[in-house]
Amino acid sequence: MSLPEGWNMVVGLEVHTELKTATKLFCGCANEFGSEPNTNTCPICLGLPGSLPVLNEGAVELAIRIGQALFCEVRPSSFARKNYFYPDQAKDYQISQYDEPINAEGHLDLPDGTRVRIERAHLEEDTGKTTHLGGSGRIHGSDESLVDYNRSGVPLVEIVSGPDIRSAAQARAYAAELRSILIAAGASDGRMEEGSMRVDANVSVRRGPDAPFGTRCEIKNLNSLRSIQRAVEYEALRQINMIEAGETIIQETRHWDEDSGKTSTMRSKEEANDYRYFPEPDLVPLAPSAELIQKIGAALPPMPAQRRADLTALLGGAITDAQADHVLSVVESNLDRFMVSAVTAGAPATLAIARVANELSAQLPKAEELPEADFSALLLLEHAGELSATQAKAVLADLVEAGGGDPKAAAVARGFEALETGALDAILDQVIAENPGEWQRYNEGDDKLAGFFTGKVMALTKGQADGKAVNTGLRSRRG
Amino acid sequence: MSVTDLAAKIRAGETTAVAALEHSLSVIAERDGELHAFVEVQTERARERARTIDAAVADGKNPGRLGGVPVALKDNLCQRGTVTSCSSKILEGWIPPYDATVVTRLMEAGAVIVGKTNMFDFAMGASTENSASGPTRNPRDPSRVPGGSSGGSAAAVAAEMVPLALGSDTGGSIRQPASLCGVVGVKPTYGLVSRYGLVAFASSLDQIGPFASTVADAAELLEVLAGHDPMDSTSLTSPVPEISAHLSDGVQGKRIGLCTDLVEGSDPEVVAAVRRAAEVLAAAGAEVVELSIPELRYGLSAYYLIAPAEASSNLARYDGVRFGNRVDGVDVTAMNTATRTAGFGDEVKRRIMLGTYALSAGYYDAYYAQAQRVRTLIIDAFAKAYENVDLLLGATSPTTAFEIGSKVDDPMSMYLSDVCTIPTNLAGHPALSVPFATGSDGLPIGVQLLGPGLSEEWLFAAAAVLEGGAA
Repeated sequence: MSLPEGWNMVVGLEVHTELKTATKLFCGCANEFGSEPNTNTCPICLGLPGSLPVLNEGAVELAIRIGQALFCEVRPSSFARKNYFYPDQAKDYQISQYDEPINAEGHLDLPDGTRVRIERAHLEEDTGKTTHLGGSGRIHGSDESLVDYNRSGVPLVEIVSGPDIRSAAQARAYAAELRSILIAAGASDGRMEEGSMRVDANVSVRRGPDAPFGTRCEIKNLNSLRSIQRAVEYEALRQINMIEAGETIIQETRHWDEDSGKTSTMRSKEEANDYRYFPEPDLVPLAPSAELIQKIGAALPPMPAQRRADLTALLGGAITDAQADHVLSVVESNLDRFMVSAVTAGAPATLAIARVANELSAQLPKAEELPEADFSALLLLEHAGELSATQAKAVLADLVEAGGGDPKAAAVARGFEALETGALDAILDQVIAENPGEWQRYNEGDDKLAGFFTGKVMALTKGQADGKAVNTGLRSRRG
Repeated sequence: MSVTDLAAKIRAGETTAVAALEHSLSVIAERDGELHAFVEVQTERARERARTIDAAVADGKNPGRLGGVPVALKDNLCQRGTVTSCSSKILEGWIPPYDATVVTRLMEAGAVIVGKTNMFDFAMGASTENSASGPTRNPRDPSRVPGGSSGGSAAAVAAEMVPLALGSDTGGSIRQPASLCGVVGVKPTYGLVSRYGLVAFASSLDQIGPFASTVADAAELLEVLAGHDPMDSTSLTSPVPEISAHLSDGVQGKRIGLCTDLVEGSDPEVVAAVRRAAEVLAAAGAEVVELSIPELRYGLSAYYLIAPAEASSNLARYDGVRFGNRVDGVDVTAMNTATRTAGFGDEVKRRIMLGTYALSAGYYDAYYAQAQRVRTLIIDAFAKAYENVDLLLGATSPTTAFEIGSKVDDPMSMYLSDVCTIPTNLAGHPALSVPFATGSDGLPIGVQLLGPGLSEEWLFAAAAVLEGGAA
């Protein structure tokens, strides 16, 4: 979908990512999703009187990794208090970084080549989680509200992009690329559905690419790549329709409703909190040494852009659009290691990317647990003609379901035993003898009949023959 | 008997922890009905603890440096299983599930905790009158205040209910009541004693410290409390000063500055006491010079922006959601408001409003940020002064203990009680008050010694000299 003629959108994203640390940002409680409510808590993350925060070094290291992966300047930084009342905010203030963030002034290059500036990527603590029961189902007007403080104090990094995104598809691509980078850096598990990566989008529109920015609205808590794209698209169109109807955009925070596919007002700028930021007196300034920053940067594994380049090289460099899409999706879903492993083991790159992009991707997240070696072994069997494509796909599904295993054994379990070359020859001869007319037309150049013979062979072998071997056999018998 | 002697006798089996405790309990029973130094006396828990100490001694074990010595805790220090309410209504009945680091250190040293002492509601006043359970009275004259906010601890030591007590000092809350009650009170270097488990008032200024009858006893307690704590990020990692070892070092060869800005404006008898203290120090071999640090005059104004600003944030958590009192409302905001309206005293509300205002958009630079710049000025001015002198001398409180009720409705005059003590907190330096004279009203007058960061060895040695020359 595109915007009406003459209109442009300007988008900036704020992404909160939970860090994959063992413990919380300021205490020793487990950083764990899905535990019994209020079991991962202590005086510190409950904000009990007299408790004090102590910064988790592991979180600092992950924040620096994110900064390095986003080409940020890692700076001496400090913490501040962001003051506002909310029941899931244990201390009624959030410890965050304000005027001195740990990472600033970086960039992220989208796969389409667009460079999006990263203004900052700073550390802060997460809040608890409130569930409103009965009544309105929101904080005001529900019958009761329950708070789970397991998430209170979980380390977050907030990554703020510049206003450099120009379409809903780009907004999605930015979030997807950032997610891949965060996973690659080992900083986050990137599970949007569990809330470990949450996105807010600032959207404004203007007439033409050089017009001044319009008034922006912020859409809160977009929790899937799809909702990012839909919400940004919807919001831009909403603003354009308003302006074209002679109305004025009011700066406000908006809520995205996944079911209706619409945004609605959460609070206006006038209702916004005055957070009264001031330096957090319970923590000391943070000044990681140049050696540490350098060490962390040097130890970063390859980032998605590099990995896409690696896959493209494996495919011979000049690739089709369809292959490029596969490369993008395979890296985005973090499955490229399967392709690399299979190609290294000797499987053809074209076969490997097809199996990863089409079959493995379809079985996420279970596919992530499959040992790469099992995948490679299966592709070698397929490549050697011991399994047909259909059989290989079925065996792959079984392997993923089982979390791995010997592909040969899995094939046997399915009754897929590759036909001996001798047996295939006999069946081919039989099929040719039984269909002399078709064989003659095939010999006269009607290639379509190859399919006819293959079908016959498959019927006789109950699908166990290797299609490629059948083709080879037919060609060699052609006059 | 000194604390070291008492602990030594208990260790040697010449007396017992139980006997020391029972003595404390009997003085409390005799005097606390009138004075109200304690908000809670943990009789049975303390007795059990004293018996454990005696049993350890009987087993030939060393019960620790303070083995069997009764100690009182200010009501803003968390002790597992005991109500810690900051003598406020909003935290009435709150029982912390953990021990403050200072409580752990006391227990490791063998101390017997006798109870929690009364304080000004959330440590925000110089008189210990505004407490949810009523005022504490000065043991030297029960019609007078004991000072504050750690008035209960000062009174408990002054009335000999306990030989040692812990207080906290944000702008003078240990030193001023020590002066008014005639005991020794110390505000250590910021970061020397862990704040973990101290209910925060103004985090960048709060510091826990000792009350004792003598300089030596105060040193004994401070050495037990001091030292790095990984639970407090602002806790110092530098070596703990060896205070007791240097207690008899005297002041020979030391340069001591009589800081006129910390004397002027005080009652004439207080001024006279400070001048005589200077003579005592000079007679003991110190070179005493008079000097002025004009920047200190801005301390009070800066303090009454910075401390309320931090307090407005620190006290936000008393919202009725998880602990302390709750007053119901139609929704969560109404519940928060009703709880805070009913639970906070007037002075606490005043400071929350001051602090909230000072941090608000549009006012931050003019108030909070400006106050922080003044704080830096004061730190620099102190640093410059300490290039020329080793220690500073001044008044602790501009007056002796005032009448109960005389200032409680006049916040400005109450705030002025801390004018001489506040600059130290802004700088993070140590200072102490040592009883030195008696006014014509028969009330004690303390003088204040101040030093640069971690100068406790010199400070205590100088205080010991003054103690010897006190009238």
